[in-house]
Order: sequence, then C-alpha cells, then structure tokens
Amino acid sequence: MSPLDRHPADHWDVAIIGGGNAGLCAAITAAEAGARVIVLETAPKPYRGGNSRHTRNFRCMHEGPLSVLVERYDEEEYLEDLLKVTGGRTDEGLARLAIRSSQACLPWMEAHGVRFQPSLSGTLSLARTNAFFMGGGKSLVNAYYRTAEGLGVEVCYEAGVTHLELEGGRITRVDVTQGGQSFSLTPRAVVVASGGFQADLDWLTRAWGPAAKNFLIRGTPYNRGVVLADLLAQGVESVGDPTQCHAVAIDGRAPKFDGGIVTRLDCVPFSIVVNRDAERFYDEGEDVWPKRYAIWGRLVAAQPDQVGHVIIDAKSLELFMPSVFPPIRGETLDELAGKMGLPADRLRATVAAFNAACGDTSAFHPTELDGVATTGIEPPKTNWARPIDTPPFYGYALRTGVTFTYLGLKVDARAQCCTASGPIENLWAAGETMAGSILGQGYLAGFGMTIGTVFGRIAGQEAAAHAR
Amino acid sequence: MHADLLQEARRQSEICNACRYCESYCAVFPAIHRERAFADADLTQLANLCHNCRNCYYACQYTAPHEFALNLPKILAELRQESWDDFAWPRGFARLFQRSGTAIALAAVVGLALMIWAARAIGPAGGEGFYAVLSHNAMVAIFAPAFLLPLASLGVSLRRYWRHVGGRPLTRADILAAFGSAARMRNLAGGHGDGCNFEDEDRFSQARRIAHQLVMYGFLLCFAATSVATVMHYAFAMPAPYPLLSLPKLFGITGGVMLAAGTGWMVALKLRADRALGDASAWGGEIGFVLLLGLVAVSGLALYALGQTAAMPGLLALHLGAVLAFFLLTPFTKMAHGFYRLAALLREAQSRR
Ligand SMILES: Cc1cc2nc3c(=O)[nH]c(=O)nc-3n(C[C@H](O)[C@H](O)[C@H](O)COP(=O)(O)OP(=O)(O)OC[C@H]3O[C@@H](n4cnc5c(N)ncnc54)[C@H](O)[C@@H]3O)c2cc1C
Ligand code: SF4
Ligand code: SF4
Repeated sequence: MSPLDRHPADHWDVAIIGGGNAGLCAAITAAEAGARVIVLETAPKPYRGGNSRHTRNFRCMHEGPLSVLVERYDEEEYLEDLLKVTGGRTDEGLARLAIRSSQACLPWMEAHGVRFQPSLSGTLSLARTNAFFMGGGKSLVNAYYRTAEGLGVEVCYEAGVTHLELEGGRITRVDVTQGGQSFSLTPRAVVVASGGFQADLDWLTRAWGPAAKNFLIRGTPYNRGVVLADLLAQGVESVGDPTQCHAVAIDGRAPKFDGGIVTRLDCVPFSIVVNRDAERFYDEGEDVWPKRYAIWGRLVAAQPDQVGHVIIDAKSLELFMPSVFPPIRGETLDELAGKMGLPADRLRATVAAFNAACGDTSAFHPTELDGVATTGIEPPKTNWARPIDTPPFYGYALRTGVTFTYLGLKVDARAQCCTASGPIENLWAAGETMAGSILGQGYLAGFGMTIGTVFGRIAGQEAAAHAR
Repeated sequence: MHADLLQEARRQSEICNACRYCESYCAVFPAIHRERAFADADLTQLANLCHNCRNCYYACQYTAPHEFALNLPKILAELRQESWDDFAWPRGFARLFQRSGTAIALAAVVGLALMIWAARAIGPAGGEGFYAVLSHNAMVAIFAPAFLLPLASLGVSLRRYWRHVGGRPLTRADILAAFGSAARMRNLAGGHGDGCNFEDEDRFSQARRIAHQLVMYGFLLCFAATSVATVMHYAFAMPAPYPLLSLPKLFGITGGVMLAAGTGWMVALKLRADRALGDASAWGGEIGFVLLLGLVAVSGLALYALGQTAAMPGLLALHLGAVLAFFLLTPFTKMAHGFYRLAALLREAQSRR
C-alpha cells in the first residue's frame, strides 16, 4: 500500500518533489533535523534519480588535499572558472555560497554513503577540481535512497506532482497522481527539486524553435517541467533565459532519451565536420575538446536537419575515447559517403580542398593545442589539421543533445522561492530547477551536482526548521 | 564458444568502455579500458576475472528497462560457465555437473554406496579406529587416484585456458599479485572496501566476501590437515588417530567448522540473491556443490564428535563418500572456478605490467 493511502493528508512535515540528488540531500537533511519527510518521485523505481543518475562527479573547492582530490582549488579560482563560462551571468553571492559550501559537502556525502574514486581514465584534466563518484551517479542515488529510508523518509515512486496550490503567500496543497489515483497532501513545507523542462519537447520547441524537435535529450524523460510551469503560472519568480538550454554534440545514433554519458564523441578535433550538404561549417580545431564540447551542440542545431557528420581517417581512429557505437566505415570516401547518406562528389571535393589547405603536420600533438593549421580555407582548422587521406575512412553522425534548461525558480541564499510580493513562506527549491539563479548561461563540469547538494541541504534544513 | 554470448558480452563491454563509471569496482573494468576492440579470448578472460560481485549492475544507469539493457554480471557469468564447458576434459562432464545439483547429489549417493560396498567387501584387514571399518591401504587405493585424476583433468583444462587467453610464462610478480588478490578476495571488496551488492540489492555488505573466505580457508585447513596426516603417517610412522592437540586435529577441526559455517552462510546468501544477475542455468549446480562441500565438513565434524560411538562406521562411509564425490567432481563443478579464477588473475597481472 502506498504511503499516500496509509497516511492522512497532513501527516508530513516536509514534502520533497523529485528524488534526484537535490531532493535526496534535502530529504536526508530534513529527516535528520527530525522532520517527517515524504519524497514524491514521478519515475518508476528503476528510473529514479533523474539526471543525477547519469552524473559522474561534482566540483569541489578544497584548500588542501581532500579525499580523492589533489592539491588545492580555492574559492577565487573556482569562481573565476565559473565566471569564464557564464560570461558574468551569475549571482556572485549565491555562487560564492555554493562554492564555499562545496568543501563541507564532500565529507557529508561520504558520511551518507557516497564513495569517491580518483578521476576516471581519460579525465585527468579534472583530477584536481572534481571528485568522481565510484560507480557514477546512480550509485550515489542508491546510497542516498538507502540512507533516507534508514532515517524513516517515505518514498513514493510513480507519484507525479501536478499542482502546488499557492494561497496567501504559502503552499496550502500538493496535488499528486499515483497509479491513476489522485491525492492531495497538506505538508507544512515543500521543497521543489524536480529538475528542468527539457524532456517536454513541445515546450522545448516553443522555447527554442522547430529545430528542437530533432534534439536528443541526454538525460531522464521525466523532467518535463510540470511543477515549474505550474508555479510560474501562479506568479512565482523565475530566473534564467527561458529560450535557452545547455546542449552538446553527441552520437546521432543515441536514443531519444537517457543516452547519458556514453553517447559523447571526442573525435571532432581530429576530424572535419560537414553538414548534410557535405560542407564544413566551423573550425574543428579551435580548442581542446572539453572546452568546445558545448558549442558544437548549437553549431549542429543550426545546420539543416540539425545534423553534422564527422569524418576521420585511419590515422586518428585511436586518438580519442572509444565510442559507444562503432564508427561507420568506408574503404573509400565514396563508400563512406554512401553509407552516411552524403553526396559523394561534394564530400570528395570538401576533403580535397581541406587536404590541400593542410601544411606541415610534423608538430601534430593530439592532446595539446599544436598550431598545426590550415591556410587559405574558410572556415580554417586552427589545430590538429592533418589531411584526411589514409583509408579506411570513418564517420559518425552528430546530433544536438540537451543536458538541461536554464529557466528556473529564483531563490535566495536560503533556497526560498518568492513572488513579486515577497518570499513564499513554506516553499524552497533546490537543484536544476533553481540552478539558473547561479548558472545564467554556459556550464562548468560538475557544478550541477554541487548546486544540488549545497542547496538541497539548505532547503532541507530550512523546510524542517519551518515545519517545527 | 557460443557466438551469441560472445557478441552480447562484446556489446556490453563496448558500452562500459565508453562509460567507465565502474572503473574502481574490480579488475574487470581496467582490463576493459585497456582494449578498444574485444577478441573472443579477451572476453573469456574478462568473464573469468569477474567475481559476480554485482556492484556494476546496481550502479549502472543502463540496466533494463533501458534499451542498452546492461547486465554485465549475468553475461559474464554465462560466458564463464560456457568457457568451463569448453575447457573441461573430458568435455561433457562439466556441462552436466556445473548445472545440475541433482547430478551432484546422485554422485554423492554413489560415493556413499561405494564406500559401504568397500567396507563390506574389503573391510578392516586388521586395522584400528577408522581403519577398522576400511583398511588404510584400501583408502589409499581409492583416494589416491580419486585425487590425482581430477588434478590431471584440471591441468589439461587450465593449459587450454592459458593458451586461449595468450598467457606467457609466469613470473614471481604475477604469482604474488594473483595470490595476493585471491587471499584477500580483493575483487569482492568493491574498490572502496565496503564489499559487494549480493543478498540485498544495492546494499554493500561483506557477507559474501567473508562467507567465501570461510569456505576457502576452511577448505585449505582441512586439506592441510589431511596432508600433514599423510606426512606423519608415511614419514614419521605415526598413523591416525591423532590427539586433539596435534596438527591434523587442530587444522581439521578449525577448518571443518569454518567450512561448515561458510557453506551454510553461502547457501543462505545465494537463496536471497537475485538469480537473474548470474547464470540462472548454473544455480542448481552451484547450490549442489556448496551443499556437497558442507556435507564433507559436517560429516567430518560429526565423525570427530561421534567417532567412539556405534554411529562411527555409518558416518565414516558418509564422510568418505562425500569426499570421494567432491574430489572426483572437482574439475566439473563450481570447485573449478577457483582454479580458473587464479589463472585469470595471473593473466591480468601479466597484462597490467
Ligand atoms: C548525461 C548527463 C551527465 C551529467 N553529468 C554531470 C556531472 O558529472 N556532474 C554534474 O555536476 N552534473 C552533471 N550533469 C547535470 C546534473 O545531472 C544535474 O545538474 C543534476 O542531476 C540535477 O539534480 P536534480 O536533483 O536537480 O535533478 P534530477 O536529478 O534530474 O532529479 C529530478 C527528479 O524529479 C523528478 N520529477 C520531475 N518532475 C516531477 C514531478 N512533477 N513530480 C515528481 N517528481 C518529478 C524526476 O523524475 C527526477 O527524478 C549531467 C547531466 C546529464 C544529462
Ligand atoms: S556497468 Fe554501466 S555504469 Fe558501469 S561502466 Fe558499464 S555502462 Fe557504465
Ligand atoms: S560483477 Fe563485480 S566483479 Fe563482475 S564486472 Fe561487475 S563489478 Fe566487476
């Protein structure tokens, strides 16, 4: 029998909407403060944990070596890294709060069952700044569910929240459906931790434009922004660009939803990327891949049919992390073009022009900006420019993969939501759904989980304190 | 080798190779990450390296109902089982006993019947104690071949395995690494030391690791007891029975208690664990084997406790019958896994260098 059937509507002190990282951190913190907590999670148990189940690390400030983290990564350096990617669209106060609190998060996470490991092979660049979860985000989520249940938190799966009733500056009712049945709860405090709206393709299309229909969603199909839309419609203050999403270029064969980390492709710097018409459209060698991963989502989105095609040759096949699906292979460019649905004559011409523009490649270095560039071609390729001339040739289709949306609930340093007339007495938000308060644009690897952990804990604390 | 199992293991390994989240759990993932493409022999080696701790299953964001349907512990268990069938000598035996607990039980009954028959037909020939039931020479005549033949069979299988996975001559470092890992069951420690996910979904526990080590060290102590007794018998002309404060008894009783407790615990754990995360077709054979090992331990301990009573001859026949079945079936039951596992750990130590 569901906890929703078992208990009266006013049984709970705190209702948490969404059982991902942020919701679970809030649930654990509130339960430890003595509150009676229920987690309402719309996904079935195997898919619990939203996008958090796809993560691998969180970015953590540390003044000296800390657990698996080496050396030091202080507040100023962290903030500088953040400002670089957000182009200044950041609330510095909240950003500093998240950064400063991240240091205490790591031991807290360990104490609540999360285990860390040194940075994964192929991610050495993050060894100093990001602590990796052993087994990835799903093992983190598992550990938190165990810990929460051990503290008496009740968890309802397949329980989708449809409406929060905002009346006189407070949430008076939470409407939820489970197994076709509707329930209304009247908890004393509510924490919204139900992520962004990227899985609602209609909304995404309204926001971005028709191209969004062809986007792939890298994470959960359950973050459809139902609660976000409901609250915004009732005048709750929002933050972040409603038209924008974080998007990267991923393997075009990835599933529509939930393809996760494995669909990433790291071969672009060693390739030429062409569009449907076999024409190049951007400098593939502009910077090392982790720094250019994100802009390619937009670049591909702007091409006809929202698709790009990466072409490499045998020389480059082993220079990047293995892909989840094997590349398409052709003994000749014509064969490859045929298999990839590209016009063969145009592809041959594009490759020939590119090859002719390549110069001395003796300085080629796969992991550094090597300055091996083309001359006299538009767009140029400014690093790693080697001719595509050694068969067999290989190709991958690239599509735009959406990670999250920026539009969210505006919160203050206590994670509390507000309307134009002031704070909402018993409503807090944590995680992706309020991340726009800090991440106005861009993204810093590992910062999503930092925001969720920091503000999840704050929201849990505040909600429990209010309920008492 | 079964092409469809190999293909499925390859598909899953390729997904893991693009993901890498489980890198720290065990030796399998670093071995995966060393490759870009997986030959059949690579997959056989991965399968024998996997200890079925299941951590990577519960941690995986791609398990069913996700379309990637990752279940690495299961596919590697199936492939492992299949590889043991292929490497076994003679071949058909492994297929039977690895999968059928009933076949193992029948073998134990046959062993028992054989011992009763031997006791009746050959008898004491003037011996005392246990030898009053069956003479020492008769025991040797039965158990020496029953011990050596399976060893020869295992030798053939292991050579086949070693060739298949491309093993090189062993060095001291390989041996230290492999035995070190087995001695601590490092691959059941989970990388973080919290153990594995076996009997209670995603909860980490040391239960399986401890139960396994009770069985392993219990067995080794019992084996040591028998070996010491053999040396005492032949080299020092000190035949059984031995007093309590003697090496054979101290080893034997401690080992027997550990073995009995370990096998009982192991069965309890296996009953609670999800069968869909292993080779379901081998479940009966595994349980049968663990019970047989438990019977060896319990009958041995009973023999010690009730050796002076009228129950002794019956218990002795039971114990010796169980031991006989256990020895003869060693290459064809779960017992063989220890040998293959060591070979895989040795090979892994070589590859890591
Ligand atoms: C492939 C991928 C990899 C990533 N890797 C990293 C990384 O390594 N490090 C990092 O910091 N960030 C990473 N991110 C970003 C990170 O996933 C998010 O920042 C973080 O998970 C957000 O946590 P959350 O708890 O706010 O949301 P989620 O974890 O998405 O949880 C939201 C939950 O709410 C539930 N829900 C939604 N609507 C409702 C409703 N109406 N009623 C009830 N429940 C509802 C959902 O089912 C879900 O379980 C990654 C994202 C993706 C897609
Ligand atoms: S088992 Fe799953 S989570 Fe682990 S490495 Fe493989 S794909 Fe990744
Ligand atoms: S089941 Fe355990 S030992 Fe086997 S591959 Fe997975 S984590 Fe490694």
